[in-house]
Amino acid sequence: MSLAVRTPRPGQQAPAGSDTKGSSAGPSAPQAPPRRSEARRRSPQRRRRVRRDALLFGALIAPNLIAIIVFSYYPALYNIGLSFFEWDFVSPSPEWVGLGNYTDLFTDASFGQILMNTLIFTGVSVIGSLVLGLLLGSVLATKVPFTGFAQTMAFAPHMLPGAAVGILWLFMFDPNYGLSRWAFSLFGADSPAWTTTSDWSLWAITIAYTWQRLGFVTVICYTAILDLPKDLYEAAALDGAHGWKLFRHLTLPLLSPITFFLSITGIISAAQAFDIISIMTSGGPGTSSSTLSWMVYEEAFQKFDIGTASAAATVLLVILLIITYVQVRYGDKKVNYDS
Amino acid sequence: MSTLTVDKDALAGAAEPAPRNRGRDRGPRRPAWKTGLLMGAVLATIAIFLVPLFWLFSSSMKPHQDIYSWPLRWLPRELTFENFTEAWGSAPFDRFFLNSIITTGVGTLLEITLAILCAYAFVFVDFRFKKIAFVLIIGSLMLPGHVTLIVNYITVANLGWLNSYAGLILPGIASAFAMFLLFQYMRTIDKDILQAAEIDGAGHIRRMLTIVVPLSSPMILTATLIVMVGKWNEYVWPLIVTSTADMRTLPIGLLFLRSQEGYSNWGVIMAGAVFVSLPMLILFFLAQKRIIGGLAAGAMK
Repeated sequence: MSLAVRTPRPGQQAPAGSDTKGSSAGPSAPQAPPRRSEARRRSPQRRRRVRRDALLFGALIAPNLIAIIVFSYYPALYNIGLSFFEWDFVSPSPEWVGLGNYTDLFTDASFGQILMNTLIFTGVSVIGSLVLGLLLGSVLATKVPFTGFAQTMAFAPHMLPGAAVGILWLFMFDPNYGLSRWAFSLFGADSPAWTTTSDWSLWAITIAYTWQRLGFVTVICYTAILDLPKDLYEAAALDGAHGWKLFRHLTLPLLSPITFFLSITGIISAAQAFDIISIMTSGGPGTSSSTLSWMVYEEAFQKFDIGTASAAATVLLVILLIITYVQVRYGDKKVNYDS
Repeated sequence: MSTLTVDKDALAGAAEPAPRNRGRDRGPRRPAWKTGLLMGAVLATIAIFLVPLFWLFSSSMKPHQDIYSWPLRWLPRELTFENFTEAWGSAPFDRFFLNSIITTGVGTLLEITLAILCAYAFVFVDFRFKKIAFVLIIGSLMLPGHVTLIVNYITVANLGWLNSYAGLILPGIASAFAMFLLFQYMRTIDKDILQAAEIDGAGHIRRMLTIVVPLSSPMILTATLIVMVGKWNEYVWPLIVTSTADMRTLPIGLLFLRSQEGYSNWGVIMAGAVFVSLPMLILFFLAQKRIIGGLAAGAMK
């Protein structure tokens, strides 16, 4: 212990010490550039300290890094490998089929429908929650009474398990005893059987998912609007900009980094939405509300067709990586009126 | 000199009106009709979120005939807890609760511990290839978790962890988001304090436990809450990895209850949904500032 205590001290001073040594030697000695490596070579304490820090660093990040490699990177890569095989989880020797799983997928009509469902589910929920969220967020940002309570209520659904949200909406969509019957009866109409008819099932899960996400988007937009530079608004007000004009030409452009971020993360989580779909429709009836994420589960864990499932998962991976790339590539271009 | 004071005033002025009352002093006072209109919009906003939640809780406490009645009954004629006892009896909710508490509790503890160790290393320990490790860990945020399901299932099966707490918990303890939150926070800690402790002879572990962890406790709490909510609500992994009712967690229990009761006993199913939701709602109402703040910080970087 006492040894361990003593060692860091000279080590810690080493950078400062080598610096002063360097500057004092600087004018006299022409070999200024290699002084760093020389200092390192000259002080074994420093070298020992560097090695000790490296070991400590390794020990500290190892548990997390190993968990990430074993349960994120390795499975994502291995999954791609699996997509070239035919397998059922139990047979001892998976059968190599090359791109067979992919050609099967893309020639299968139901896969086209599943891709379309994923697109509709993702697109409608992301755009819907963004447009409504901007609207509600702007309303809350006006700070009339009750906005605090509204913020709390808006965020609450985001805290709930998707399973509970799904089951709540399943009941609300019940055509006989749910709120849906009441809502349609206001217009003198009968409620559709949302979750049990193929014309409506996709909309049922999309609405439930959008509702859960809406509060999150609202609160983020609201926080972002309050953070906007106030002086710009004063200047704009002096120029006579009000209401919609102000929103359209000032708030929206200023918020664009946030709305961009919200759309990208929205796409990524909607494309992987699972709990609401599983509870409400299980992808049915038929494949009418099946999305790529549901299909991966169904093929792997209900039909035990690992090849098809991992091929579908690879398609999902590629799509989401492209979207992530777009975010990383273009996400930092912030609209900045500060200059 | 005078410019300096002006600058200072401007700075103080900019910093002072906390976001809270920014809206109020923007421009001239709003006419009353506009305030009325906006309040109507706020009330509509509240309704969008409150009505379904109200429906959830009121249905769970309605007697059977109040649920299956038309015209719709918004308020129960009498409050009953029958649905809760019936739900508790028709599925092993005691096990579901226990499993949810164990997986959430142990999982959160492990994940936050890993996050603290990792964030500390990135901020305070020197290492030449730090950047690579950092990119590896943060990069995992971009991997969609759904594509790892199949192989993780195979891995867990090979380890003999199917239908066990180890299988439920361990694949989820890797931490990137919480690590990032803590990393950002620890970076703001004044390094002089640590240097002083180092000169006093405190090693890295001691400095981490006695200085960095206490100083980061607000962010640790925030990260813990966010991680906890995520684990409690986790659905697809427990669904895959457990195969017997006594290992199911609450959200899967809900699926179990639904397939058991069908669509003929909504009161009981809503009671089950309340079991699952209530702990998270209570947590949220107690700590909403922290949770919203942490998630918003993640969104705005």
